[in-house]
Amino acid sequence: MTDTASPTTGATPAARPRVPRPGSGRRARPRRGPAPSGGTGHGSRLTPYLFLLPGMVLFVGLVLWPIVQAARMSLLDWQFNPGLPSPFVGLKHYDRALHDPIFWKSLVNTGVYMVATVPTQMILGLALALLLNKAIAGKVAFRVLYYLPVITSWVVVSLVFEYLFATSSGLVNHVLHDGLGIGSEPINWLGSRWPAMVVLSLLGIWKGAGWSMLIFLAALQAVPKDLLDAASVDGAGPVRRFFAVTLPQLRPVALFVTVMLVIGGFNVFISVFVMTGGGPANDTQVVLTYMYKQAFDFLEFSYGSAIAYLLAIIIFALSFAQMRLFRYDEEAS
Amino acid sequence: MTRPPTGPPTRPPARPMSRPSARTTGRFVVLLVGAAVMVLPFAMMIATSLKQQSFVLTPSLVPDHPTLDNYVRAWTSSGFGRYFLNSAAVALATVALVLLFGSMMAYAFARFEFVGKKAMFYAMIATLMIPAMMLLIPQYFVARDLGVLDSRTGLVLFYVAGQLAFTTFLLRGFFAGIPRELDDAMLIDGANRWHIYWHLMLPLARPALATAAIFTFLGSWDEFVWAVTIIDSKDNRTLPMAIQLFQGQHGTSWGLVFAASTIAVVPVIAVFVVFQRYFVSGLQAGALKG
Repeated sequence: MTDTASPTTGATPAARPRVPRPGSGRRARPRRGPAPSGGTGHGSRLTPYLFLLPGMVLFVGLVLWPIVQAARMSLLDWQFNPGLPSPFVGLKHYDRALHDPIFWKSLVNTGVYMVATVPTQMILGLALALLLNKAIAGKVAFRVLYYLPVITSWVVVSLVFEYLFATSSGLVNHVLHDGLGIGSEPINWLGSRWPAMVVLSLLGIWKGAGWSMLIFLAALQAVPKDLLDAASVDGAGPVRRFFAVTLPQLRPVALFVTVMLVIGGFNVFISVFVMTGGGPANDTQVVLTYMYKQAFDFLEFSYGSAIAYLLAIIIFALSFAQMRLFRYDEEAS
Repeated sequence: MTRPPTGPPTRPPARPMSRPSARTTGRFVVLLVGAAVMVLPFAMMIATSLKQQSFVLTPSLVPDHPTLDNYVRAWTSSGFGRYFLNSAAVALATVALVLLFGSMMAYAFARFEFVGKKAMFYAMIATLMIPAMMLLIPQYFVARDLGVLDSRTGLVLFYVAGQLAFTTFLLRGFFAGIPRELDDAMLIDGANRWHIYWHLMLPLARPALATAAIFTFLGSWDEFVWAVTIIDSKDNRTLPMAIQLFQGQHGTSWGLVFAASTIAVVPVIAVFVVFQRYFVSGLQAGALKG
């Protein structure tokens, strides 16, 4: 961002005298006579609020209020029909979730997905970043290619993986079964729990690795070069330099990547929704597909909200734990 | 820190291409294999979209008798032109509103002191950590109460609201880096705050605006969950939900499904490749300063 910032370029009409205000005349307040000191204090006290107004209305009404509303809904028996009263039921829906085997199954599946995808994406991302961090032919091309899955729609890549892992006609079974002769018959990848979790995890890793690569790449470029030079003067080889100099410098970024990947892992939804729909028999249900099903298939909006809030609590607890853990390490070392 | 960088430089000199060492070649090969893995699914998608229906289930990368039939059929007979235009209109409207409202908020946060500034700013940052899907249920009812279910307005409003926090955060950082002396010069010349925002801040922030525009465009072009939740009628569908429903209706017409997918993916890839530089800088700004 900073490399593109050059505030002195651009033909700015900085010296143009009092021009009629463009666009909305209500927003800004004319101000005669410049005040002596710079920066703050010019214009009405209302001015900042006028700049904030349209955005804040949308943000508060459509993001902040729904956060509060979700909590309220989870404590009521929410009626779809706005004319009917929605009685307060306390923690009933939370209690129900904690005694719901399918909720637990979806939580386990989400956990499995995270254990499979988060460390793998971290390691792959870091490895790719290290490979790309030095001068190499086609550097930009590689960066673009590895990032392509990240920017491609979840729906499209889910359909592509569904096609690749199709039981009788997919490329994967074609290679594994017909080509290499593995298994007595083609694997029904999406038809049962664990093979489907494998496919979903592979998709998550494939789609996300380029993201951590880009973040690590930026962090690697910020590692002070004189530290690395000093280390090599002291006789440290590349491996030693990586563990003694580079890795400690990457710690804050690694924390950021971990937290974001964990949140992303809990967010897994579209691939499951598109490829298995949570089936067969809820075997591949994850927390958000279960929430969605309760709310929009069964119209159990309060139960869905309780599930959403349980997920939020888990995410916050985990993020907090990760931050504590990393900070503790830092103090210890 | 104090030690001057003595000793031989550890990097190869200016032209690394001239004499690739064995290690460089090895690195290149590994990267190439990885890139092939990344590209293979896309290659399968495009290859399948070019196959005739009778060949769609043969897992070959090179279609035997390539045809553009699927593209013609997807575009003409399945309403895809309509869905494409819906996606484009929704994405462009979202980008315009996010840039306008986000930059206005960013300007307020970067240049003014006012009551509630910290609370508002941190409320926005905090929501960046909340998965958007968790708000789906209450947002559905807000949309119902506003009467915007099953409408493109309902898509745009909530996309704008959802993307504002990140854009504001990104632009505020950029605005804060613009010297206040420039504001002061304009103030002395009698300009008002709106004038400064519009004629000084926005032109200078063009790179940051480009970054925000790309993120917002991709986010709203590809959005699926909200669209599938509030859109009912065929006419209001966007591309991702049309493709998904399409696959449900034409379970085995993979050629058709992937022709439609390719149509949806091409603008995204074009935008990304052209604006790659902005994209990377924005991503890293969000990550490293966040």
